[in-house]
Amino acid sequence: MRTVFKTSYDADINLFRHGAQAAWYLALLALALVLPVLLDVFLLGEVTNMLIWAIAGMGLMVLVGQSGQASLGHAAFLAIGCYANVLLQERLGLPFIVSFPLAGLIAGFAGVLLAIPTARLHGIYLAIATLAIAILTDDIIVLAEPLTGGVTGLMTPTISMFGLEIDRYVTPDRFYWLVLLVVVLTVLVYRNLLRAPLGRAFAAVRDSEVSAQAMGVNVARTKATAFGISTAITGLAGALMGHFAGVFNNETFSIIISIQLLLMIVIGGLGSIHGAFFGAIVVALLPQAIALSRDFIGGLLGTGSMAIPGLESAVFGVILILFILFEPTGIYGRWVKIRTYFELFPFYRRDMFRRQKSYLKTERLR
Amino acid sequence: MSLLEIDNVTLRFGGVVAVNKVSFSVEEGEVFALVGPNGAGKSTLFNLVSRIYDPVEGDIRFDGKSILDKAPHEMARLGIARTFQNIELFEQATVLQNLLVGRHRHRKGNLVNELLFTPFVRQEERRHREAVEKVIDFLDLQAYRDKYIAGLPYGVRKVVEMGRALAIEPRLLLLDEPASGLSVEETQDVAFWVEDIKSQMGVTVLMVEHDMHLVSAVSDRVLALADGKALALGTAHEVQNHPKVIEAYIGVSDPHQKVVA
Repeated sequence: MRTVFKTSYDADINLFRHGAQAAWYLALLALALVLPVLLDVFLLGEVTNMLIWAIAGMGLMVLVGQSGQASLGHAAFLAIGCYANVLLQERLGLPFIVSFPLAGLIAGFAGVLLAIPTARLHGIYLAIATLAIAILTDDIIVLAEPLTGGVTGLMTPTISMFGLEIDRYVTPDRFYWLVLLVVVLTVLVYRNLLRAPLGRAFAAVRDSEVSAQAMGVNVARTKATAFGISTAITGLAGALMGHFAGVFNNETFSIIISIQLLLMIVIGGLGSIHGAFFGAIVVALLPQAIALSRDFIGGLLGTGSMAIPGLESAVFGVILILFILFEPTGIYGRWVKIRTYFELFPFYRRDMFRRQKSYLKTERLR
Repeated sequence: MSLLEIDNVTLRFGGVVAVNKVSFSVEEGEVFALVGPNGAGKSTLFNLVSRIYDPVEGDIRFDGKSILDKAPHEMARLGIARTFQNIELFEQATVLQNLLVGRHRHRKGNLVNELLFTPFVRQEERRHREAVEKVIDFLDLQAYRDKYIAGLPYGVRKVVEMGRALAIEPRLLLLDEPASGLSVEETQDVAFWVEDIKSQMGVTVLMVEHDMHLVSAVSDRVLALADGKALALGTAHEVQNHPKVIEAYIGVSDPHQKVVA
């Protein structure tokens, strides 16, 4: 097991816990950078899709994992980011480099607007309120046809940045690197959030609102900030999703996407950046895995490839149920357990990560 | 001028009068204890001072200024820290992180520079950590620094909660039953700490406590409450022997008078 000898407070403030960890992450980044050389166009597209989902997952993770608020409406913010990005480019003629961050800002602002009336809602009530927003956004997209193209949808223009043409189909490598850049920046911002006072304020609001308040944390404002940061990141993911899909309409950001996002971070592991990535791997690669195995089984049975409607959702549902029953901490939680097992070998104890029942909370103050 | 003045405060929940025209004042640098049987209104008074409840009548002044126009989260900035009767720690965070939340009042960064984690924010983090380490040394929490609250024993949680309140660097510390559920040794530790908080840190302490040994060991003045009313004010010894207090705890002091209750 590695023991980190902390010789200054900076050891707890730094981005990485120790040099070896930094080296591993840099190696991972290097691998990610050369991936277009290693993979064919189809697989690279899948990885790009996975990374975009990971950004959206990190967006929702800030809200659910860090500040402890549920949202079933994040597809709405994907949509806001996506439409804002394209409309700013098409209608106002702004370049991508301006429209993209603006799309994030607009989605973030929309999130803050939503947080103001919902700040007093908890748990299931907040989930329902945000669900309503998702449905409403779907309808508004259809109603505002002159702007959004309604059910026909919109086409995303080719991105041109610093004299480079970036298109998902023509130059998949460049598009991949663009997405990777956004991923890295989002991870950095997320990590900074976690080690700054704001991240601790989020955790405080998540674990006990009444004592967060006693510590001087403005609960309503902190929740609104969490919503803003979360929806801004989600909006950026939405903008990239639009460019990835090429064509999109109200159906692209249906309520199913919201639910899928939430399931994704639960499967991945709530409250960690890793969780967003693990969840994204499952969500983005599962349809392909199902298609492949379906063809394989069809070949064995001699029935050929056939479509089974609803299979994907069913498999997804089963996976979720299994996770909630057997590993509520998600894939990341399982990974930490396995890692600890090997680090401490042979001293790992079975109930090392057992959840402690917490003591009775004051109900009077709610 | 007193540090905290409770002036004729009344609070009703529907028909129940939880606090009935209570007045007292806490002087700077003293340890002031509130005692009384269950339902006497002690915790309600605490929640009034930390602005969770609004009084129906009366005024609460801190450092000469009324705090009734302030929001609950502004109390920490004024220098009022509190603990909770049934521990309210941040369960999914380490002891260190819990104590650092106590430093929120001293936060100087804003959204943008914290998300970019500028050198200024790093400098601030070091400063907060230094202040928190002082609290850790004071309360002997070194062994638990990186442990998650969810796995800690009850006694340690109590101490962490006190530490988190101290990390605020308050002028007035409200301790809601600091010794409840603690062993005799742990209660003695609390007694030493309360004395040190008063003498070394110069923090005024207002506490609710049932353990009369602890109360008489540390408090300068004691106010006994029953049914939302103030019964007696004085030293621990005076209050314990006050006829009204004995009546509230044990029953009627005059054996000839029968109570119908």
